[in-house]
Amino acid sequence: MHDEPATDTKIAIRFDDVSFSYGELRVLDGAHFHIHAGEFAALIGPNGAGKTTVLKLLLGLASPSSGTITVLGLPPKNARQSIGYVPQHASYDPAFPISVSEVVRMGRLRGSTRRYARTDADAVSKALELADVAELASRPYSELSGGQRRRVLVARALAAEPELLVLDEPTANMDAESEGRLFRTLGSLKGHATILVVTHDTGFVSALTDAVFCVGERGAGRSVIRHKVEPADHVANELYGGPALQVLHDTELPENSCCGGKEER
Amino acid sequence: MNGYVSALFDPSMPFVRNALIAGLLSSILFGALGAVVTVKRIAGLAGAISHAVLGGIGMALFLSATGVVPGLPPIVGAFVFAVIAAGIIGFVSLKAKQREDTVINAVWAIGMSVGVLFIAKTPGYADPMSYLFGNILLVSAKDLAMLAILDAAVVLLAWRFYPQIEASAFDEEFARVRGVPTDAIFMATLAVTAIAVVLLQTFVGLVMVIAMLTLPSGTAGFVSRNLAGMMVGGAVMSAAFTVTGLAASWALDMPAGAVVVVVAGAVFLAASAVAAIGARTRRRKAGETGPRRPA
Repeated sequence: MHDEPATDTKIAIRFDDVSFSYGELRVLDGAHFHIHAGEFAALIGPNGAGKTTVLKLLLGLASPSSGTITVLGLPPKNARQSIGYVPQHASYDPAFPISVSEVVRMGRLRGSTRRYARTDADAVSKALELADVAELASRPYSELSGGQRRRVLVARALAAEPELLVLDEPTANMDAESEGRLFRTLGSLKGHATILVVTHDTGFVSALTDAVFCVGERGAGRSVIRHKVEPADHVANELYGGPALQVLHDTELPENSCCGGKEER
Repeated sequence: MNGYVSALFDPSMPFVRNALIAGLLSSILFGALGAVVTVKRIAGLAGAISHAVLGGIGMALFLSATGVVPGLPPIVGAFVFAVIAAGIIGFVSLKAKQREDTVINAVWAIGMSVGVLFIAKTPGYADPMSYLFGNILLVSAKDLAMLAILDAAVVLLAWRFYPQIEASAFDEEFARVRGVPTDAIFMATLAVTAIAVVLLQTFVGLVMVIAMLTLPSGTAGFVSRNLAGMMVGGAVMSAAFTVTGLAASWALDMPAGAVVVVVAGAVFLAASAVAAIGARTRRRKAGETGPRRPA
């Protein structure tokens, strides 16, 4: 374990020499990176690079074969109640009868507790507003378009009033309008919560992004590398829900670059 | 129909009344458990458990008739096989997902075959058909009491853990992130299904258990707004199918269980057709009035 760095910003996510294998297949090898509280970070990489593995590890759904992971200062499993997770799609049965507000209320679920309190109802309406889906609250979830469903899943994650919001491929198969609304939501959250967006688009990221981490660039033993970005004025705004940044894959920022060189390894 | 109603109140025919009470009590089970089985899409798993139970019934009949374990009731064999089948299927489903289909089919086929083999070698006559399709007119007062206890347990579990059941059926990964013990809920669902199959095999029959676990709640699913509505709706549908089926079978002198399932299946198919046509019409309307893409 490392001590907190001597800076005034807290670390939201820290991977310390984390390795992970599926049987013989080595997916991550010595991944070492950290994300500061309040940052908007992008985790990018081609399909099969290990992004989902990084997600599973930080949500505590899988355990590393070596190394340590700290999320909000806690082991991932203990930090879960403060994480808002937006999966790529809910693995649900299209015939499942459920309303939008009932889906969002799941974000308030705690272990085996049965009752929802007044504060839960308030958090649900706030989350519906934040994710710009309040007008859909009483609609059946199955009647929504793909983009609307994704924003409902964002509301479900926000209902937990998370300190860390994790979104897996939030814009895959999303229409431009929904994408614009989603990034407006994320823009309004920036600074209040740490946001981690996972995407297979390795070329460009939203201009909201503070830090870009690329998974899977070191051959067989993959790791996570921090890249530089620069404004990409030639890219149409509607493609990235607003202005975009181009990822410079030929650059590699040192792990401590964000802390003025103070973050020790 | 009049004949059925007067038979219900005929003191010399308690079995007619017992059959109706059994049908209504099992409706509660079919509603609550059936909704979970349907939305979690584990009807195939439930089917394998229920068919594997025939192996246990056959083995118990054989052991009892040959005097190895005198007086061993078939329900004991059924229970043992149900627990083994649920255990194997649950383990494979949680730990070795890639083999799930094959293992489920193996449990299904081996269980039934073992049952047929044992019944064939059992001295005297035993008819596998009566276990596959049941005989609702054989219900005893003790069966009714056990069914009522199972109903109470299932309703209590569904009420107490409703948010967890709902969340893990809707999106298991998210539920796990929220700290819901999804594996335990899955195993509990399989266990309750196994117990329900064992209790219902005498009168509803092994094949019909699966039909009634899926058809009424599937039908209710078309009109329900949430999982709780599907549970209640499934129970109401199941009760309606049972009463209609029992009355029709009495009037037409046909096997009660089969008539109940035919009624349930016909209503489900009709509802599916209506829902499909309705969805198509809605899409067409939306297509006509919705924004057109620029060419």
